[in-house]
Amino acid sequence: MTADPTRAERCVVACAEAFRGDGEIVASPIGVIPTLGARLAALTFEPDLIYTDGDALILGAPIPLGDDTAPKVVEAWLPFGHMFDVVWSGRRHVMMGATQVDQHGNQNIACIGPWARPKAQLLGVRGAPGNTVNDPTSYWVPNHSPRVFVPAVDCVSGVGYDRAAAAGPSATRFHEIRRVVSNLGSFDFETDEHRMRIRTLHPGVTLDAVTEATGFPLVVPDPIPTTRAPTDEELALLRDVLDPAGQREREIAG
Amino acid sequence: MTADKRLTEEDVVAELRDGMTIGIGGWGSRRKPMSIVRAILRSGLSELTVVSYGGPDIGMLCATGQARKIVYGFVSLDTIPLEPHFRAARQAGTVEAMELDEGMLQWGLRAAAMRVSFLPCRAGLGSAILDINPSMRTVVSPYDGEELVAMPALPLDVALLHANRADRRGNAQYLGNDWYFDDVFAMAAARTFVSCERVVEPGALVREGPEQTIKVSRLWTDGVVEAPLGAHFTHCLPDYPRDEAVQREYAGSASDADAWAAFRARWVDVPEADYRRLARAAS
Repeated sequence: MTADPTRAERCVVACAEAFRGDGEIVASPIGVIPTLGARLAALTFEPDLIYTDGDALILGAPIPLGDDTAPKVVEAWLPFGHMFDVVWSGRRHVMMGATQVDQHGNQNIACIGPWARPKAQLLGVRGAPGNTVNDPTSYWVPNHSPRVFVPAVDCVSGVGYDRAAAAGPSATRFHEIRRVVSNLGSFDFETDEHRMRIRTLHPGVTLDAVTEATGFPLVVPDPIPTTRAPTDEELALLRDVLDPAGQREREIAG
Repeated sequence: MTADKRLTEEDVVAELRDGMTIGIGGWGSRRKPMSIVRAILRSGLSELTVVSYGGPDIGMLCATGQARKIVYGFVSLDTIPLEPHFRAARQAGTVEAMELDEGMLQWGLRAAAMRVSFLPCRAGLGSAILDINPSMRTVVSPYDGEELVAMPALPLDVALLHANRADRRGNAQYLGNDWYFDDVFAMAAARTFVSCERVVEPGALVREGPEQTIKVSRLWTDGVVEAPLGAHFTHCLPDYPRDEAVQREYAGSASDADAWAAFRARWVDVPEADYRRLARAAS
């Protein structure tokens, strides 16, 4: 390949890796880099993964990101009413954003400050409560900082491991927070107490940097693996097929 | 003599009362019955409870203070993710809120449609939902002992929908690729009023699109309003896309009272015929 992978391209690969092993379920990525990650996974190591146009159509082939005029290969129809059925059936893996996320994987997109009268009203909880107790769920954070990675979230939209455990077996039965991917690294909860662990750091990111940008103690493996580079095939797909306009580079800082 | 259900927006508003619970179809800033919402804004109706996959419908009824309570899973303008009027009302504490998971909102409408007081679901367990809705209860399954959320029914006095086509008998047709939850809103409501881009002769809807696009039949509807551009500035695909410029103007009107008054004078306090002329010129 001509150019080394950028940080954004590493992030795409880290997002793609979150979908590894999912098989024939619906990938619902929110945001540019998660969308590219899911589609990259579908074009390479998860060929049966189902992805949509971000609306009601299941695609049989990816469309270049941001090209609204590109012809769509439509495989099937998935309107919101049916997507809700899919969510409650457990056949979906959503990668959502997170305004706040804590060390147990609780996520907040609803509001900042007390819910009764928020300092900043955001979207509302959307589908996060149902996603997290029914399906594997991951999060994408383009700006890793202590304002996002907080000791405790203000309004639990997506349910983390501690809250699911406290709610009982019907909450934990299908609960899994698979991965958190940020501009600094990827993180999982594959520890005894399901506390957030560094899974990989992107090249050039030091332990000090990620520690400083995180408002709670991370579980640190020794040694710390580095986020893998895209393969030549993946890089070509990303640059030539999935995102020729380079939208991925605009979603993260640095 | 078969029923002719054709009405105007003002006729629909005349059927509404202060304090009613009103469900609004569509999703975010997509296919909202905006011409009826505007007629409500021009009316003196107050103390409304509004149930919606929320967009500018909730935002506008918050801006005028006519919504006493809002029931939602989210409120968004899609291309403008955060709805500024809804935000302002929540942050000022001027509106009561019932916030739900998106799936739970549908479940509450389905419970109302089935005339049962709740339906069980897993969604909500462990999240803030049970904290911020302190009257909500869980239920233990008599079959396997699982503890689940008992999502309370959300019965509606009235549902307001916007379809692509309808006939005068009240059959409504959806030509876009998602009817969202319009059918569920209709089933949950004591009475349903549907506006549409064009009224066609009974029996002619099948010439507009296949049978399965006639999603809400006259069994569920009480009134039909012919409202070309009735969803503007939200989208009504395939008839027209969202009018992003007018949506931006609307979003900007949350900055202060003068801005809202200006938006209102231009886009709300006008006869529908003038509105349509203005909207066509703007898009």
